[in-house]
Amino acid sequence: MLKIANIETFYGPSQALFGVNLEVNAGEMVALMGRNGMGKTTTIRSIFGLTPASRGTIEFESQNLRRLPAYRIAKAGLGLVPEGRRCFPNLSVRENLLVTARPGEWTLERVERLFPRLEERRTQMAKTLSGGEQQMLAIGRTLMTNPRLLVLDEATEGLAPVIRQEIWRAIRLLKEQGQATLLVDKSLSEILPIADRCTILEKGSTVWDGKPAALDSAVRDRYLGV
Amino acid sequence: MTNNIPTSAVSSKPTSNSARASMPKHSHSGGSGAAPANQADSHFGRKGLVQIALLGLLLLLPVAAYFFGHLYYVNLASRITIIAMAAVGLNLAIGYGGMVSFGHAAYFGLGGYVAGISAYHAFDFTPFMTWPISIPGSDSLLVVWLAAALLCALLALAIGAISLRTTGVYFIMITLAFAQMIYYFANSWPTYGGEDGLPIYIRNSLPLVDTTNALTYFLICFGGLVMAMAVTSRLMKSRFGAALTMARLNDVRLATAGVSPYPVRLVAFVISAAITGLAGALYADLNGFVSPSVLSWHFSGELMVIVILGGVGRLYGPLAGAILFVMMETFLGGITQYWQLFLGLVLLGVVLFAKHGIMGWLAGRERNE
Repeated sequence: MLKIANIETFYGPSQALFGVNLEVNAGEMVALMGRNGMGKTTTIRSIFGLTPASRGTIEFESQNLRRLPAYRIAKAGLGLVPEGRRCFPNLSVRENLLVTARPGEWTLERVERLFPRLEERRTQMAKTLSGGEQQMLAIGRTLMTNPRLLVLDEATEGLAPVIRQEIWRAIRLLKEQGQATLLVDKSLSEILPIADRCTILEKGSTVWDGKPAALDSAVRDRYLGV
Repeated sequence: MTNNIPTSAVSSKPTSNSARASMPKHSHSGGSGAAPANQADSHFGRKGLVQIALLGLLLLLPVAAYFFGHLYYVNLASRITIIAMAAVGLNLAIGYGGMVSFGHAAYFGLGGYVAGISAYHAFDFTPFMTWPISIPGSDSLLVVWLAAALLCALLALAIGAISLRTTGVYFIMITLAFAQMIYYFANSWPTYGGEDGLPIYIRNSLPLVDTTNALTYFLICFGGLVMAMAVTSRLMKSRFGAALTMARLNDVRLATAGVSPYPVRLVAFVISAAITGLAGALYADLNGFVSPSVLSWHFSGELMVIVILGGVGRLYGPLAGAILFVMMETFLGGITQYWQLFLGLVLLGVVLFAKHGIMGWLAGRERNE
């Protein structure tokens, strides 16, 4: 479905990615892991053309995404839930959900069933929601664009444990429903049980790729330990 | 005119609870019990009262002045109304779209020149052009308005298509540059008066009504202002308006959701220019005169000052700003030629102490602030 080979990305003169390889197949949940500053978010930004990759290939369903503007990439069927609960603060919950919606299986009703709190607060301004609710809204907003591949960047970062559980419950539900997802997160205990595959980045390169079961303590200590 | 139903136009599906669907902004309860109180608030609360007072006074004072025979004040009210309408157009670009256009005088002036040139040819019985198609002059306001709106939209489409590829200070400068090009063009084109301007000897007319009557003409202008505000309000309550707000707040976020911000902004820019252009056409007919001064950057600046004074991104902001601006210009300007010193002080006060402009100060904050 998504196939990324040897991408290299620069921020001005400084190189951030030195060859990232990543693959997500239909129905798969792939975790992109690595310590802080290893290039996870830059990889996401490169996929969406926000910080375009200078070299390498990014293909989605055999369509070349590299050099496309962000909105074309999103229209091709990718949906990004960016880092840090990004919704539109001065619009209502419903406006957030409906304005960028595209037709498909995900409807307002279905999103509100996934996150009942969004239904309770549908006419409230997004900025009046709690952090967790904003994150639910950000996920719901992206689902409403009916992406074939959902990209979640640090979806549970900085949230209260109870809210985290609710988000993880939703992510598990998405997996059961066969939603292809690329997941960036740090909490191994949540990721490992649900991920089909893990890709680990170290200093801007893919250094490990495999099933979560194969992710032994040696690999963890080397690439994921603090 | 009050618009506290932020979601109704956006929602494509009916809600199970209609009271909820129209529940305005401040309710945190999420319960439908809060709806009636808030609805009352939207019509009769402080904001509603201020809005009704502004529109009501603008409508009633000139009517009273007319019946007491003070035509000067009727024309003054027409002037306020037209300037407010031009600022409503600019506010759509600056306030709602985040596009700080420093060249809206171009559309105001073009609208004015459409009225002037059309009347000039109608008066002379000469055609405006004969090739490739023959276009005669016209003294019909309906024709003038249609032509003004269309030409301003076309001009804004061209200017916007280029300018909107830039952002920030470059956008400000490029819109200014385009407007100045048109200013110098009008200034040096002798056919239509050059820098001396172009008189309109007989006000353009409408079927059935006497447009030369001051009160009639004021009511026409008032209708134009209300229409412009209604269009803005409807637009901002629609899905398009929400997308425009998204483009203003964060265009990257909008793009990653699959919507290109560029066409959204361009359409808003074009509508904004058409509204300002219509105001320009009304202004030329009010004064019986159009000159390059309405195309100059001073006028673009004045419109910006009015929008900022009144409250950026507030539906009634341009009206409040225009009332204050024209009043100061008229009454302080009659006392001293240095009246702009006081305008500067007021602007300073608004920027420092009333960040959301006169409307924010009078009516409280709004949901998009």
